[in-house]
Amino acid sequence: MAQIICNNVSLGYEDRTVCENLNFEINEGDYLCIVGDNGSGKSTLMKALLSFGTVLEGEIVFGDRLTRKDIGYLPQQSEAQKDFPASVREVVLSGCVGGLGRRVFFGRRDRLEADQNMKMMGVYELADKSYRTLSGGQQQRVLLARALCAAKKVLLLDEPVSGLDPSASASLYSLIHHINKHTGVTIIMVTHDIENSLRDASAVLRMSSEPRFFSSVEDYRREFLAGGAE
Amino acid sequence: MNLFELLGRYFSYEFVWFALIVGVLISLCSALFGVVLVLKRFSFIGDGLSHVAFGALAIATVLELTDNMLIVLPVTVICAILLLGMGRNAKIKGDAAIAMLSAGALAVGYLIMSLFSSSGNVAGDVCSTLFGSFAIITLSRAEVILCVVMSVVVIALFVLLYNRIFAVTFDEAFASASGVRTSLYNLLIAVITAVIIVLAMNLVGSLLISALVIFPALSAMRVARTFKGVVITAAVVSTLCALIGILVAILASTPVGPTVVAVDIVAFGLCFAAGKVMKIE
Ligand SMILES: Nc1ncnc2c1ncn2[C@@H]1O[C@H](COP(=O)(O)OP(=O)(O)O)[C@@H](O)[C@H]1O
Ligand SMILES: [Mg+2]
Repeated sequence: MAQIICNNVSLGYEDRTVCENLNFEINEGDYLCIVGDNGSGKSTLMKALLSFGTVLEGEIVFGDRLTRKDIGYLPQQSEAQKDFPASVREVVLSGCVGGLGRRVFFGRRDRLEADQNMKMMGVYELADKSYRTLSGGQQQRVLLARALCAAKKVLLLDEPVSGLDPSASASLYSLIHHINKHTGVTIIMVTHDIENSLRDASAVLRMSSEPRFFSSVEDYRREFLAGGAE
Repeated sequence: MNLFELLGRYFSYEFVWFALIVGVLISLCSALFGVVLVLKRFSFIGDGLSHVAFGALAIATVLELTDNMLIVLPVTVICAILLLGMGRNAKIKGDAAIAMLSAGALAVGYLIMSLFSSSGNVAGDVCSTLFGSFAIITLSRAEVILCVVMSVVVIALFVLLYNRIFAVTFDEAFASASGVRTSLYNLLIAVITAVIIVLAMNLVGSLLISALVIFPALSAMRVARTFKGVVITAAVVSTLCALIGILVAILASTPVGPTVVAVDIVAFGLCFAAGKVMKIE
């Protein structure tokens, strides 16, 4: 069975429908890119996958023993966050907050987990630095490490490279590719940077007010980037 | 008589001890939650609530209740919840609605007091509710106990919920994705702010409370790099400023509220300079 199945889903908020008739399947270890214009409902789909109540009709089914708790999230960054006074370690450790349960403070295991993920994302040396002094690319790596603390099976990334220069984006892409390949984490990524992100993707979903497009990367290239690589 | 003998004489009075205890506890609470309010861009709640508390106090005064808290606390808490909803809702122009509520509460409060107050000195009453009493505050034993209990509860909540509060403050979207009930925490933060404001009204008056909430947080952010550092620095700065401010007010016979706030301003200046020297930014 697929890991996530979207059956005839309509998304929206109380007063409005954002998109209708969404159908797709995601398997374990897939790398799905979601593209589309501003306001086409990409972030709304992310919220639906996180069970934030934006599903109006249809259903999203989790298979492969996936639960809500296995899904990590990297939200779109807000301006306020960029100069937040917190150390990198504090930010990454806060990824373990969902696992606190009835506990009040983080334990040794949470700290080890945070250290491990900081090492994997190459920000361990920055652990005691202030988050607000980091570059945009470093901040995104820190947030990726935090998302990995929260979940091990699926990562939802909402425009992770927006505002980054090309070399910072490239290194973030290769990190995401690394996570996907070596730990088998399913990646679901919203992006505007179509050309670069499709290199590592295994599937692509195009959101728009018209019918959507769910296909292999090759088909997508043929359809939307005609006269591209070939 | 030298300074220390004078201080020694003041410290033999119970009311001076009461004022110091209450002052220190309230500044500690307001510093802790001030950090959260400033970082969450919730400062407007503190500001709006202080005006609402003034209006509620005016009504309570006119009704001549034995305990003003019975009206002021519930009204302020309810308004905190309303303000939280309004601030988030762009559709009803939240910021304008809040400004309207603040100014409205001030105007209605003053009107009610001038129309119905049985006191001979309305202007004096209004002035002391806005800026704190002129002389050192005299608190009853019951008021002090209430304040100590409330402060201990507020500080305990902050410590116990520290990690969740950090998550909700740094990134609400991520926190709710991790299963933290963010709207519950936002509500809790707004309600606790209301409680702090009502408690602090005796000390510095309703117009100056925002200063008590915001200054220590801003000062701490100039010099500390971590969230824990900011919280601890804000608590220390705020407590010191309250102590110094109250003592200066006693010795120089200045009004307590503005003196404490003035010390907070000086502290901010020092932290600003220290931050520049240490090149924190
Ligand atoms: N909380 C909300 N309540 C009502 N409408 C919303 C909300 N969030 C987003 N929308 C609307 O839903 C549409 C899709 O938004 P979104 O999913 O954020 O688009 P994007 O594809 O750019 O991420 C937009 O028109 C937006 O105005
Ligand atoms: Mg979006």
